[in-house]
Amino acid sequence: MNLLYFAWVRQKTGRAEEKFELPDDITTVRELAEHLRERGGGYGEAFAELARLRAAVNQEHVSFDAPVTSEDEVAFFPPVTGG
Amino acid sequence: MIRIQPEDFDAGAEIARLNASTDVGAVATFTGHVRADDGLIALTLEHYPAMTEREIARHVAEAESRWPLLGVTIIHRVGRLVPGDRIVFVGVASSHRHAAFEACQFLMDYLKAHAPFWKQEERAGATRWVEAKSADEKAARRW
Repeated sequence: MNLLYFAWVRQKTGRAEEKFELPDDITTVRELAEHLRERGGGYGEAFAELARLRAAVNQEHVSFDAPVTSEDEVAFFPPVTGG
Repeated sequence: MIRIQPEDFDAGAEIARLNASTDVGAVATFTGHVRADDGLIALTLEHYPAMTEREIARHVAEAESRWPLLGVTIIHRVGRLVPGDRIVFVGVASSHRHAAFEACQFLMDYLKAHAPFWKQEERAGATRWVEAKSADEKAARRW
Protein backbone atom coordinates (compact mmCIF):
# COMPACT_ATOMS: atom_id res chain seq x y z
CA MET A 1 0.00 0.00 0.00
CA ASN A 2 0.95 3.62 -0.37
CA LEU A 3 1.12 5.83 2.70
CA LEU A 4 1.03 9.62 2.43
CA TYR A 5 1.65 12.26 5.08
CA PHE A 6 0.84 15.98 4.99
CA ALA A 7 1.61 19.16 6.95
CA TRP A 8 3.12 18.50 10.42
CA VAL A 9 2.53 14.75 10.09
CA ARG A 10 4.89 14.83 7.08
CA GLN A 11 7.43 16.90 9.02
CA LYS A 12 7.40 14.54 12.02
CA THR A 13 7.63 11.31 10.01
CA GLY A 14 10.31 12.92 7.84
CA ARG A 15 8.72 11.75 4.59
CA ALA A 16 5.83 12.66 2.31
CA GLU A 17 5.17 9.16 1.03
CA GLU A 18 6.24 5.55 1.45
CA LYS A 19 5.43 2.03 0.27
CA PHE A 20 4.20 -0.19 3.07
CA GLU A 21 3.69 -3.95 3.27
CA LEU A 22 0.41 -4.27 5.18
CA PRO A 23 0.64 -6.97 7.89
CA ASP A 24 -2.27 -9.44 7.81
CA ASP A 25 -3.47 -8.54 11.28
CA ILE A 26 -4.06 -4.86 10.40
CA THR A 27 -7.56 -4.31 9.08
CA THR A 28 -8.51 -0.73 10.02
CA VAL A 29 -7.08 2.78 9.75
CA ARG A 30 -6.78 2.89 13.56
CA GLU A 31 -4.73 -0.34 13.68
CA LEU A 32 -2.51 1.01 10.91
CA ALA A 33 -1.95 4.30 12.78
CA GLU A 34 -1.16 2.42 16.02
CA HIS A 35 1.30 0.21 14.15
CA LEU A 36 3.05 3.28 12.70
CA ARG A 37 3.20 4.85 16.17
CA GLU A 38 5.11 1.79 17.42
CA ARG A 39 7.97 2.64 15.06
CA GLY A 40 8.81 5.35 17.61
CA GLY A 41 10.86 8.47 16.90
CA GLY A 42 9.09 10.94 14.61
CA TYR A 43 6.37 8.36 13.92
CA GLY A 44 5.77 8.00 17.64
CA GLU A 45 5.26 11.77 17.84
CA ALA A 46 3.15 12.05 14.69
CA PHE A 47 0.75 9.31 15.81
CA ALA A 48 0.84 10.04 19.55
CA GLU A 49 -2.70 11.44 19.67
CA LEU A 50 -5.00 10.05 17.02
CA ALA A 51 -7.64 12.65 17.97
CA ARG A 52 -5.37 15.28 16.38
CA LEU A 53 -5.23 13.38 13.08
CA ARG A 54 -7.54 12.80 10.14
CA ALA A 55 -7.29 10.08 7.50
CA ALA A 56 -8.26 9.42 3.91
CA VAL A 57 -8.43 6.08 2.12
CA ASN A 58 -8.17 6.28 -1.68
CA GLN A 59 -8.61 10.07 -1.55
CA GLU A 60 -11.79 10.06 0.53
CA HIS A 61 -12.16 11.23 4.13
CA VAL A 62 -12.78 8.26 6.43
CA SER A 63 -13.09 7.57 10.16
CA PHE A 64 -10.39 5.62 11.98
CA ASP A 65 -12.72 2.61 11.99
CA ALA A 66 -12.64 2.38 8.18
CA PRO A 67 -11.18 -0.82 6.68
CA VAL A 68 -7.83 -0.86 4.86
CA THR A 69 -6.44 -3.37 2.35
CA SER A 70 -3.00 -3.80 0.80
CA GLU A 71 -4.20 -2.09 -2.43
CA ASP A 72 -5.19 1.17 -0.72
CA GLU A 73 -3.63 4.61 -0.66
CA VAL A 74 -3.90 5.83 2.93
CA ALA A 75 -3.13 9.42 3.93
CA PHE A 76 -2.69 10.87 7.42
CA PHE A 77 -2.91 14.61 8.08
CA PRO A 78 -4.09 17.24 10.57
CA PRO A 79 -7.62 18.72 10.27
CA VAL A 80 -7.69 20.77 7.05
CA THR A 81 -7.16 24.55 7.03
CA GLY A 82 -7.77 25.74 3.47
CA GLY A 83 -9.91 28.55 2.15
CA MET B 1 -14.34 24.67 -13.36
CA ILE B 2 -11.88 23.82 -10.61
CA ARG B 3 -8.30 25.08 -10.61
CA ILE B 4 -5.56 24.54 -8.03
CA GLN B 5 -2.58 26.73 -8.90
CA PRO B 6 0.32 28.74 -7.47
CA GLU B 7 -0.49 31.63 -9.83
CA ASP B 8 -2.73 34.58 -9.03
CA PHE B 9 -6.14 34.88 -10.72
CA ASP B 10 -8.21 37.71 -12.16
CA ALA B 11 -11.55 37.78 -10.33
CA GLY B 12 -13.03 40.17 -12.91
CA ALA B 13 -12.21 37.82 -15.78
CA GLU B 14 -13.71 34.90 -13.82
CA ILE B 15 -16.94 36.82 -13.23
CA ALA B 16 -17.15 37.66 -16.95
CA ARG B 17 -16.68 33.97 -17.79
CA LEU B 18 -19.49 32.97 -15.37
CA ASN B 19 -21.78 35.51 -17.05
CA ALA B 20 -21.35 33.81 -20.43
CA SER B 21 -25.05 33.04 -21.04
CA THR B 22 -28.10 35.34 -21.14
CA ASP B 23 -29.88 32.85 -18.82
CA VAL B 24 -27.57 34.02 -16.03
CA GLY B 25 -29.37 36.51 -13.81
CA ALA B 26 -27.02 36.38 -10.83
CA VAL B 27 -23.32 35.80 -10.19
CA ALA B 28 -22.27 35.57 -6.54
CA THR B 29 -18.58 35.40 -5.70
CA PHE B 30 -16.27 35.13 -2.73
CA THR B 31 -12.61 36.09 -2.87
CA GLY B 32 -10.40 35.28 0.10
CA HIS B 33 -7.22 37.23 0.85
CA VAL B 34 -4.22 36.64 3.12
CA ARG B 35 -4.58 38.89 6.21
CA ALA B 36 -1.56 40.48 7.92
CA ASP B 37 -2.51 39.10 11.37
CA ASP B 38 0.04 39.66 14.19
CA GLY B 39 3.05 40.30 12.02
CA LEU B 40 2.36 37.53 9.53
CA ILE B 41 5.08 37.48 6.86
CA ALA B 42 3.73 34.69 4.66
CA LEU B 43 1.39 31.70 4.43
CA THR B 44 2.48 28.53 2.68
CA LEU B 45 -0.29 26.27 1.45
CA GLU B 46 0.21 22.57 0.99
CA HIS B 47 -2.39 20.20 -0.46
CA TYR B 48 -3.07 16.57 -1.39
CA PRO B 49 -3.19 16.87 -5.18
CA ALA B 50 -4.86 13.52 -5.97
CA MET B 51 -7.63 14.25 -3.46
CA THR B 52 -8.17 18.01 -3.71
CA GLU B 53 -9.88 18.21 -7.10
CA ARG B 54 -11.93 15.10 -6.41
CA GLU B 55 -13.12 16.42 -3.07
CA ILE B 56 -14.01 19.85 -4.48
CA ALA B 57 -15.74 18.25 -7.50
CA ARG B 58 -17.88 16.26 -5.05
CA HIS B 59 -18.88 19.52 -3.31
CA VAL B 60 -19.70 21.17 -6.64
CA ALA B 61 -21.89 18.19 -7.61
CA GLU B 62 -23.62 18.47 -4.24
CA ALA B 63 -24.24 22.22 -4.79
CA GLU B 64 -25.59 21.51 -8.28
CA SER B 65 -28.01 18.97 -6.85
CA ARG B 66 -29.32 21.48 -4.29
CA TRP B 67 -29.60 24.66 -6.37
CA PRO B 68 -30.30 25.34 -10.07
CA LEU B 69 -26.82 26.54 -11.07
CA LEU B 70 -25.57 27.68 -14.48
CA GLY B 71 -21.87 27.73 -13.67
CA VAL B 72 -19.39 27.22 -10.84
CA THR B 73 -15.75 28.32 -10.68
CA ILE B 74 -13.45 27.44 -7.80
CA ILE B 75 -9.82 28.54 -7.75
CA HIS B 76 -7.53 27.79 -4.81
CA ARG B 77 -3.93 28.89 -4.73
CA VAL B 78 -1.09 26.84 -3.22
CA GLY B 79 2.51 27.67 -2.34
CA ARG B 80 3.83 30.76 -0.57
CA LEU B 81 1.51 33.77 -0.33
CA VAL B 82 2.01 37.12 1.40
CA PRO B 83 -0.50 39.48 3.10
CA GLY B 84 -2.83 41.04 0.54
CA ASP B 85 -2.53 38.13 -1.90
CA ARG B 86 -5.69 36.52 -3.19
CA ILE B 87 -5.94 32.94 -1.96
CA VAL B 88 -9.33 31.53 -2.99
CA PHE B 89 -12.15 32.33 -5.41
CA VAL B 90 -15.63 30.82 -5.44
CA GLY B 91 -18.01 32.03 -8.13
CA VAL B 92 -21.53 30.77 -8.80
CA ALA B 93 -23.89 31.69 -11.63
CA SER B 94 -27.63 31.10 -11.51
CA SER B 95 -30.85 32.60 -12.85
CA HIS B 96 -31.72 34.07 -9.45
CA ARG B 97 -29.83 35.59 -6.54
CA HIS B 98 -30.90 33.25 -3.72
CA ALA B 99 -29.44 30.16 -5.40
CA ALA B 100 -26.23 32.03 -6.27
CA PHE B 101 -25.73 33.47 -2.75
CA GLU B 102 -26.53 30.22 -0.96
CA ALA B 103 -24.48 27.94 -3.22
CA CYS B 104 -21.50 30.29 -2.96
CA GLN B 105 -21.63 30.20 0.84
CA PHE B 106 -22.21 26.45 0.91
CA LEU B 107 -19.18 25.84 -1.33
CA MET B 108 -16.93 28.11 0.72
CA ASP B 109 -18.02 26.48 4.00
CA TYR B 110 -17.44 23.01 2.55
CA LEU B 111 -14.09 23.98 1.10
CA LYS B 112 -12.90 25.24 4.50
CA ALA B 113 -14.06 22.16 6.38
CA HIS B 114 -13.20 19.37 3.91
CA ALA B 115 -10.82 20.27 1.08
CA PRO B 116 -7.34 18.87 1.88
CA PHE B 117 -5.30 22.08 2.19
CA TRP B 118 -3.01 23.02 5.08
CA LYS B 119 -1.64 26.46 5.91
CA GLN B 120 1.69 27.15 7.53
CA GLU B 121 2.26 30.65 8.91
CA GLU B 122 5.63 32.39 8.87
CA ARG B 123 6.37 35.12 11.45
CA ALA B 124 9.79 36.64 12.18
CA GLY B 125 11.68 33.47 11.30
CA ALA B 126 9.33 31.07 13.08
CA THR B 127 6.81 28.83 11.31
CA ARG B 128 3.62 27.34 12.70
CA TRP B 129 0.85 25.15 11.23
CA VAL B 130 -2.56 26.81 11.43
CA GLU B 131 -4.98 24.92 13.72
CA ALA B 132 -8.41 24.06 12.34
CA LYS B 133 -11.24 26.08 13.91
CA SER B 134 -14.30 24.31 15.26
CA ALA B 135 -16.35 27.28 13.95
CA ASP B 136 -15.44 26.25 10.40
CA GLU B 137 -16.58 22.69 11.02
CA LYS B 138 -19.82 24.05 12.50
CA ALA B 139 -20.36 26.37 9.51
CA ALA B 140 -20.17 23.38 7.16
CA ARG B 141 -22.56 21.31 9.30
CA ARG B 142 -25.40 23.85 9.07
CA TRP B 143 -25.95 22.81 5.43
